[in-house]
Amino acid sequence: MMALYAPGVSLVHRTPAGLKLPALAAGVLALSSMTGLAQLGTAILATILLYALARIPWALAGRQLRPFLWVLGAVLLFQILLSGWQHAALATGTLVTTIALANLLTLTTTVSAILDTCQRALRPLRRFGVDPERVGLLLALAIRCLPLVADIVRDVSDAQKARAAHHSVLALAAPAVVRALRTADALGESLMARGFDD
Amino acid sequence: MSTIRFTGVGHQYGGGTVLEDINLTLAEQRIGIIGANGSGKSTLARMINGLVLPTRGTVTVDTLDPARHGREVRRRVGFMFTDPDSQIVMPTVAEDVAFTLRRRGLSKEETTEKVDAILSRFGLAAHADHPSHLLSGGQKQLLALAAILVGGPSILVADEPTTLLDAFNLRRVGRIFAAMDQQLVIVTHHLELLRDFDRVILIHQGKVAADGAPAPVLAAYQKLWETLDEAPLPAALSGAGPR
Repeated sequence: MMALYAPGVSLVHRTPAGLKLPALAAGVLALSSMTGLAQLGTAILATILLYALARIPWALAGRQLRPFLWVLGAVLLFQILLSGWQHAALATGTLVTTIALANLLTLTTTVSAILDTCQRALRPLRRFGVDPERVGLLLALAIRCLPLVADIVRDVSDAQKARAAHHSVLALAAPAVVRALRTADALGESLMARGFDD
Repeated sequence: MSTIRFTGVGHQYGGGTVLEDINLTLAEQRIGIIGANGSGKSTLARMINGLVLPTRGTVTVDTLDPARHGREVRRRVGFMFTDPDSQIVMPTVAEDVAFTLRRRGLSKEETTEKVDAILSRFGLAAHADHPSHLLSGGQKQLLALAAILVGGPSILVADEPTTLLDAFNLRRVGRIFAAMDQQLVIVTHHLELLRDFDRVILIHQGKVAADGAPAPVLAAYQKLWETLDEAPLPAALSGAGPR
């Protein structure tokens, strides 16, 4: 989600996050209740049209699906073995379309806009002690931490390779966890320095 | 110009003394703090906006005590860390700068105007919508600085802000510091940054070892190096090297 936003001025980009989020939820609900390949074909066509309307380059759209390929491959294989090719195509196609729609939201919406929408939606819960701003900050930090943790794991793994160390999960996990905790401390300190200290 | 006062300040951590009996009044525009690793200079800098509180004595910024008026002090005192990755919070460049203004009660238009202005000033306007974690090290440090200055602090405290920068970005950040209106307190190992500063303070083993104009304090620091350099290396290291 960190690297997804693709700046643009298309109708999809300009549609408020407050509309896009419920639309995504409705879309996912509709996808999950599909029973036939014809319905799936319509959903795939609609998704392709939305990507075209948002003027998202096809290569970029494809890149967003790449991390899910092994999961999709596993689902396809198991479904073919257990339920036959038609059910496998429906299940895998539904998953691909769901991921593509979620990616379209993040490709065309800034995280700030999503957070603002979440905060507005959570406002009624203030009377029950929920602090919408704090929840928004929590979401922002969770999104921020994805590439940070990925960088830490890559650095530690590179350091192991540089020392010609044997691959070991423990040898990778221990320094990575220590560095992640240090980074979390530093991030907390920087939030405090920027006035988010309560 | 703000006045930062350290009165009888001491700090203990993990059973050791980090700072001891510091008495300083900082009212100059550009102040450098130097010293060896572990000398206590970063702790001293962190006390200015209350990131670290003294275990003895008091620190005040224009009569405000960071221990009691943390939020007010942090609005006046921006803090720049060594590693920009630890201070970038939001996914895109413009969003991270706007994050500082989230609690200022500004309209969306006012926020956008301020963000655009500061990104242009730092040459980051073209990167406004780019993922912040994909910027180069120099650009990240500029983003971190922009994200602090957009809040309009009157003092900027920077803890080794140039340590991770290459020579080009070091000069660039140095030029930005030189042109800043804010009062600047910078902890650094890049001594050339301090040549034109108003005051330089040398911290050694938790105490003020020298304080004054840059030239004599830098000379005192060099003398200190030479003294430390005379200490013998561990036997395993002396004479070690590629053969």
